[in-house]
Amino acid sequence: MKEIVILSGKGGTGKTSVVGSFAAIAQNKVMADCDVDAADLHLILSPSSKEENEFQSGQVAVIDEDKCIQCGLCQDVCRFDAISDFRVDPISCEGCGFCSHVCPVEAIAMNECKAGEWFISNTKYGPLVNARLGIAQENSGKLVALVRQHAKEIAEQGKLDYIISDGPPGIGCPVISSLSGTNLALLVTEPTLSGIHDLERVLGVCNHFGVPALVCINKYDLNEDNTRQIENYCLKLGVEVAAKIPFDNVVTEAMVKGLSVVEYSDGRVAQEIKSLWHKVAEVLA
Amino acid sequence: MIISVASGKGGTGKTLVATSLALSLKDTCDVQLLDCDVEEPNDHVFMKPTITRSEAVSIPVPSVDEEKCTHCGKCGEICAFNAIAVTKQKVLVFPELCHGCGACSYLCPEKAISEVANNIGVIEAGNANGLDFIHGKLDVGQMMAPPIIRKVKGLIDKDKVTIIDASPGTSCPVVEAVKDSDFCLLVTEPTPFGLNDLILAVETVRQLGITCSIILNRAGVGDGKTEEYCLRENLPIMLTIPLDTGIASFYSRGVPLVEGMPQFKNSFIELFDKIGEVVNEGNSNSKW
Repeated sequence: MKEIVILSGKGGTGKTSVVGSFAAIAQNKVMADCDVDAADLHLILSPSSKEENEFQSGQVAVIDEDKCIQCGLCQDVCRFDAISDFRVDPISCEGCGFCSHVCPVEAIAMNECKAGEWFISNTKYGPLVNARLGIAQENSGKLVALVRQHAKEIAEQGKLDYIISDGPPGIGCPVISSLSGTNLALLVTEPTLSGIHDLERVLGVCNHFGVPALVCINKYDLNEDNTRQIENYCLKLGVEVAAKIPFDNVVTEAMVKGLSVVEYSDGRVAQEIKSLWHKVAEVLA
Repeated sequence: MIISVASGKGGTGKTLVATSLALSLKDTCDVQLLDCDVEEPNDHVFMKPTITRSEAVSIPVPSVDEEKCTHCGKCGEICAFNAIAVTKQKVLVFPELCHGCGACSYLCPEKAISEVANNIGVIEAGNANGLDFIHGKLDVGQMMAPPIIRKVKGLIDKDKVTIIDASPGTSCPVVEAVKDSDFCLLVTEPTPFGLNDLILAVETVRQLGITCSIILNRAGVGDGKTEEYCLRENLPIMLTIPLDTGIASFYSRGVPLVEGMPQFKNSFIELFDKIGEVVNEGNSNSKW
């Protein structure tokens, strides 16, 4: 069983559109949406028969006003400025519990938070594990780990060949949680200076965690000079540019219809994504 | 006044809006542009700032004096982030998991734990086209963006107009960047993905008690559902930017929209005036 994650650094380069098409092309796989705070893959896969689970994670301090003697020690020790006037701001509270440990009258309790939900569902293209991080909640990395863990269990039980993960943008905690220990990262970029800058950083993260990478340049014809710059950069680093997808409105049209591009059209975009999947499968083999 | 620019979905045009808004205002007021997307900061690509100040950002992480340590295990028990583990002979510290709360060193009964700085990134400040420019950069391989965002926001000058460019999503880095703003602009595109993530972003900003309005970018693609949603939720669309290959071309080359297409400058000045009205109205209402 092989696990591939689709990342980009910069947001909005087309990760989910590529993953949605992979779902339609690849056989014997489970899909995982690891972009837990802005998940979109379900909009293309239209999941049904959902199994819902609560994600309990992290804690938040609560001060019992009746017990509090207003000594102020909790405010002094808190490094996240989460306590003022003997009240805790749950959004600033990091859940470290320092205040609760030092309170001389045990007036501070640490309450478990419901930090989100995760789901296992069926789609026309096989099982999907996805999640929804609670609004303004922390611990997205932990929720990503949970999504991956359940996708892996499904893959093992069903003797599936692939786990295909749609990753989050950025390079921080949820990205590292999506990437570490996978077999391959496919980096979807675009020919803009921002896209190039962000690709360099996410490639750095792949190197840091020892995960091999392939690059896909989406909307490559929007700026062919920049596309050449990406190709030269990748050549220098020995990273393969596995696909160049042209700009085409069919991508948005398919999204509006709730379909993957390869289902909606058989044009240049669909052909290029199909050939990209075959390359990915070869590299994983 | 602090105006943050967020989106939910990535790639909808936060950077385009933040840089063009800052550039449009700089002739009439003192402006600071803060790039708080510290995982993938891009404002500098457009602004080409001259950096005059650079400061490492670190988290204080525990360092255990094994001579004093009795391996009682207290630190491991109290750490909420599993960043410290005590075995019979040794204490293991995992600095990348540490949030730097300081509980372990304070509560160690043997006073065996001191704190050392663990670098996680850098903030850089300088000048770009006559406005203050500040951004933060998370080191590659590091997990925690919020401490760097806090550091960038520590340089906010209350006498200036501060524009904050946030990261995509709705989790802790976005909350850290957006909280304490006077107003939040949510940039979206009229597609199903854009709308799905906009709804999450609106919920987040409302939970923070911040007034927001919408900027509709790439108008002309997708469908009309985003506008229907905005109408239903009473969210004003304060600026519409059309889908246009010229705009995309300037963006791809790192040229700010209002420099490539100066005709947009007035739209951004009007946008700022509208925000000012809403913020002032809010302030006078809250007096009652």
